[in-house]
Amino acid sequence: MTDTTGSSGPLLAADGTPLKKRLAQAMFRSRARAFGLAFPLIAFIIVVFLVPIVVLLQQAVYDARYTNLMPESAASMSDWDAISPPTEAMAAAMVSDLAKARENKTIGQVATRVNREKSGTRSLFTKTARSAKKMEAPFMEALIAKDKDWADIEVWKAIKIASVTFNPGYVASALDMKYNADGSFERQDEERRIHGKLFYRTLEISFLVTIFCLLLGYPVAYLLSTLTVRTSNLLLILVLLPFWTSLLVRTTAWIAMLQAQGVMNDLFVVFGLATDDARFSLIYNKTGTLIAMTHIMLPFMILPLYSVMKTIPPYYVRAAKSMGATNWTAFWRVYFPQSVPGIGAGAMLVFILAIGYYITPALVGGQDGQMISNIIDFHMRRSLNWNLAAALGLVLLVFVLFLFWLYDRIVGIDNMKLG
Amino acid sequence: MNLTKTLLATTALAFTAGVASAADSITVVSWGGAYTKSQVEAYHKPWAAKTGNTVVSEDYNGGLAEIKSQVEAGTVTWDLVDVELSDAIRGCDEGLLEEIDHSILPAAPDGTPASDDFIEGALSDCAVANIVWSTVFAYDSSKTPGVDSIDDLFDLEGFPGKRGLRKNPKSLLEMALMADGVPAAEVYGILDTDEGVDRAFAKLDTIKDSVVWWEAGAQPPQLLADGEVVMTTAYNGRIFNAAAGEGKPFEVVWDGQIMDFDLWVMPKGAPNKAAALDFLAFSTDTQQLAAQASWISYGPARKSSGPLVGLYNDGKTEMGPHMPTAEANLENALVNNFEFWADNQDELNDRFNSWLAN
Repeated sequence: MTDTTGSSGPLLAADGTPLKKRLAQAMFRSRARAFGLAFPLIAFIIVVFLVPIVVLLQQAVYDARYTNLMPESAASMSDWDAISPPTEAMAAAMVSDLAKARENKTIGQVATRVNREKSGTRSLFTKTARSAKKMEAPFMEALIAKDKDWADIEVWKAIKIASVTFNPGYVASALDMKYNADGSFERQDEERRIHGKLFYRTLEISFLVTIFCLLLGYPVAYLLSTLTVRTSNLLLILVLLPFWTSLLVRTTAWIAMLQAQGVMNDLFVVFGLATDDARFSLIYNKTGTLIAMTHIMLPFMILPLYSVMKTIPPYYVRAAKSMGATNWTAFWRVYFPQSVPGIGAGAMLVFILAIGYYITPALVGGQDGQMISNIIDFHMRRSLNWNLAAALGLVLLVFVLFLFWLYDRIVGIDNMKLG
Repeated sequence: MNLTKTLLATTALAFTAGVASAADSITVVSWGGAYTKSQVEAYHKPWAAKTGNTVVSEDYNGGLAEIKSQVEAGTVTWDLVDVELSDAIRGCDEGLLEEIDHSILPAAPDGTPASDDFIEGALSDCAVANIVWSTVFAYDSSKTPGVDSIDDLFDLEGFPGKRGLRKNPKSLLEMALMADGVPAAEVYGILDTDEGVDRAFAKLDTIKDSVVWWEAGAQPPQLLADGEVVMTTAYNGRIFNAAAGEGKPFEVVWDGQIMDFDLWVMPKGAPNKAAALDFLAFSTDTQQLAAQASWISYGPARKSSGPLVGLYNDGKTEMGPHMPTAEANLENALVNNFEFWADNQDELNDRFNSWLAN
């Protein structure tokens, strides 16, 4: 360590230790104290936020179920090329594993896993496992004698895919691709391509909701920021009250408002805008999702806008006008640029919340107002294909991070102001 | 010091053991609404009165996701769950459920062993059925009179208006085929082929634009009551309760009904296994199953309960004719083929989801 104080020796504290060292100690102590205060939060975030996300996301690429439960069979298939006919060694390993899996009562798990790759193989596995113990060489013939499906190379290909531990198949299928037994990828069959469309629709809906929120929220926020504190506080309650009301209540209220026999349609009929037997379908479709989501997201736009507009000094606009600017020029050239950080924050907040939105589309979305989160929910709760759900979540996460990066490049994250 | 420790430890042990045997508390999970109410009245209350234990009743929305996450995280809090047949089979396959020894089930009053007394298919390795329910379709007779067959559900010309359908290919594909003229007995044979699946989806295409999709059992009666749909598929008990309990003019069409079981299953590692098994045996007793039928129109899963089914709890409606298993309702009825769905649900769900999205 070089000494900056030169030949006169280091400055010493009263007890003789170098002052520099004492300072470092004091700094360390205060930093440690600060860290100690923040530690509960950091630990909390790691335990309940980061760890679950990582654990869930690793399921998108890791699936050891088949390899763990059918070790011999998985090993026997590892260097099979998925083109030549399945070998006798593979059949022998299969029979031995099937017998063991039945004994351990894990055959159902194996069957479910393979069935995910090829429909109908579940009963093939459970049925064959019942008699696997009694089977004798040659095993391939014994298997085929039990069920002719074992002669189908497609079944063996499905098993081969299931036996891959680090499996790119789920991410591939989240992107509407198919992972083949020989390790290649191809596009999913036309009638099963769904995720691409849903991702696109999710973006479209989120984008539209953001635009609508901006168009509706900007004037409101402007009004709030220019009124006297007393009035604006009163009006702010009108923004906050729905914000504090349960999401479910607000969504179901929209159902009552928008349905064919609902309030809106009744009014349309009364005013002659629609006839009684040709009412508008405002709900259980994309229109319903857009209306309800815009309403629910509106406070997330108004609040950051309001907090930014509140800080814009009114005399800038007055000055511009005194120099001869029209109302429009004064607004567009002077006021609007200063409100951009609020727009950035509001739009970002609304857009990212909307991308992952789930409950409103589920309730009022019908078939063309569904978003990607609804299919993730489907795979979490109904099909129990958590691997695919994780893969879809991974794609969504990567996408949001990409948008964030893009936003930072174009607008700059420092320009964002949340209030 | 050592003595105090030992004393403390033993008192603590004795205390917890004493509490455990004196009053167990089990958590029973079911579907909520009128259905859970029927179970509370017929099973929970009498069992609690008999044993002094308490039953915590929780609601869920079906599926195995909660069980799977509890079992995999090793923090199981549910003791018994009421599930659909396909989920019972799947949960057992995936190793999420305890196997249930059928010998704990009480025999019928005339001595018939439980294994013979339960309807065929009602007992499986990990599950014991309590009711037979069915997916039917229903209409508002004050607005759309004259509906009587499964064809009418798909007949937009004869009966214009929106249709409510459950957002799930199960039951729906079968109904579509039956409406397309396939007799109940041949449905699964045809659905097992690619052409059969195409045919079912083609039939669904004809009404796709007029469908309101529902997911929770409480929605269809609401959709009918709001006039949002003119007909809707529904669980028969929910329609019965809206009609008998709330006086709604709803009628069930039994033609093309699809019967299914609801079963008790126990998540692997359930915390109060012994008490829960006792509850399970008690609730699937002949008497209790018959008692449940006075609260909701789902058929008991035991043959011996049939003759004991009496009046609805309003004291005047005869329950017999409202049961899925009543003779007159069985003319063109289908029993859900769980083997078929266990094998094909992944593929058909995918196909259905992308059909919906397009």
